Amino acid sequence: MTDPTDYRAPIREFILNRFPGFELRDEDDIFALGFVNSLFAMELVMFVEKTFQIKVPNNEIRLDSFRTVERMGDLVARVTSGGRAPVL
Amino acid sequence: MTTTMIGPDPLAGPAEEVRHFVDDEIVPHADEWDRAERIPRELLGRISELGLWAPFLPPEHGGSAMPWTHVGRVHEEVGRGCSSVRSLLTVHTMVAGTVQRWGTDEQRARLLPALATGELLGAFCLSEPDSGSAADASGTVAVADGDGWTVTGTKKWITGGQIADLLLLFARTGDAMSAFLVPADTPGITVTPLTGMMGTPGSMLAQIDLDSVHLDAEALVGPENWAAGTVMTGALDLGRFSVACGSVGVIRACLDACVDYTTRRQVKGTGLAELPLIRRKISDMVVSSRAGRLLCAEAGSLKDAGDPATIMASWVAKYYASTAATRASAEAVQIHGANGFSPEYPVARLYRDARVAEVIEGSTELQQLTIADEAYREARR
Ligand SMILES: Cc1cc2nc3c(=O)[nH]c(=O)nc-3n(C[C@H](O)[C@H](O)[C@H](O)COP(=O)(O)OP(=O)(O)OC[C@H]3O[C@@H](n4cnc5c(N)ncnc54)[C@H](O)[C@@H]3O)c2cc1C
Repeated sequence: MTDPTDYRAPIREFILNRFPGFELRDEDDIFALGFVNSLFAMELVMFVEKTFQIKVPNNEIRLDSFRTVERMGDLVARVTSGGRAPVL
Repeated sequence: MTTTMIGPDPLAGPAEEVRHFVDDEIVPHADEWDRAERIPRELLGRISELGLWAPFLPPEHGGSAMPWTHVGRVHEEVGRGCSSVRSLLTVHTMVAGTVQRWGTDEQRARLLPALATGELLGAFCLSEPDSGSAADASGTVAVADGDGWTVTGTKKWITGGQIADLLLLFARTGDAMSAFLVPADTPGITVTPLTGMMGTPGSMLAQIDLDSVHLDAEALVGPENWAAGTVMTGALDLGRFSVACGSVGVIRACLDACVDYTTRRQVKGTGLAELPLIRRKISDMVVSSRAGRLLCAEAGSLKDAGDPATIMASWVAKYYASTAATRASAEAVQIHGANGFSPEYPVARLYRDARVAEVIEGSTELQQLTIADEAYREARR
């Protein structure tokens, strides 16, 4: 599974499960929407790593990679297709 | 004590030596260290010999890959003996855990082996004279200066600051926060001991002033401008877990002290231990230590699984265990009567130390707000 769109559904579901009732499109900036605090940001990083069995490399841990569902999906696709063995 | 142990104890077997270490080398000296307001170097060296500074690190970095559930039990045992020692372990864990989680390969290779042995001691530098709960209101500023950063500001209430070698320092970089790994002997840093603290005075607090301190580019740890959602939250999560476990240890110390005292003390010819109101207090200590340990075990096993739910589990464990430790230690002082106020018994120290856990790593009020937020969020699902 390397198509980034395949990774989006679980990410969207995780966010909406924590913040029910939001109309969230894959390209919406979740930080700009104002409901993401630092605690949830950390949970997101952990969720992505655990769900997709990856370790997000240091150069990918940046706000921009986690800004939207779309970008998180792209991030997972980049890491998994980059030949990095799952480490978790 | 069997009343406080549930199921197989992860400290059974070889790690039984942790319990002996606490009983033989910490408990007998905790009051003396409290009065001296310092922990002797020899004790810190013993923690190194036992490999307890950062046992969660993998063997290639000098650790023993100890699961967090076990690390939690170690911090509980140490907290049973002395909260000042546990505080030093707490902040060191936050620093070593940060390097492990967010550090570059170079930072890991350079720092982790020395953090594992305690050759380098870490301190967590977030709070300032004018900002504690509002952790993002940092007055410490790091300005990019070509080949690195120039940092100016003041950090206050820094546990272990008097003896730390490596500071995990948070500073404002533009509109956001970034984190830096800073050798404590970097020119421009002044360390001023803070003495006379009501609780955990042995944890050697300091104020740390930074006057145009130059840092190399490699000092940055984790993402620039996004420390709040990563390094800071991650480190505080480990700190909260450690404080929760240490608070369970405080409750157990109260229980041990009270069972011992009430067994010996007579009032009007009746042993205190026979009085129903006293027995009720003892029961509460048993139950809260067991409940606190279960919450810590839950948070620890979620950490071991890499599950994001560990973050909220650590909040819950810390809120419960720290407030229960305050109650238990207040009752312990009460049970001891006048002796409870005297330095001849450990319970006054336990009471003062327990209060600290309600302020650090997210105060009781912040925990109440955060946990309630979660409840309302869940209700909307
Ligand atoms: C012994 C000790 C060791 C410490 N070690 C360290 C360390 O190693 N590193 C470090 O960075 N810091 C350390 N600290 C500092 C500690 O983290 C701060 O004291 C803590 O974050 C609280 O901040 P404050 O003291 O500025 O209180 P304030 O933020 O001024 O808060 C004062 C009171 O107001 C309450 N409050 C705040 N907001 C709300 C709200 N919204 N609703 C209701 N009540 C609220 C708080 O709970 C608190 O009771 C230490 C403190 C102590 C006492």
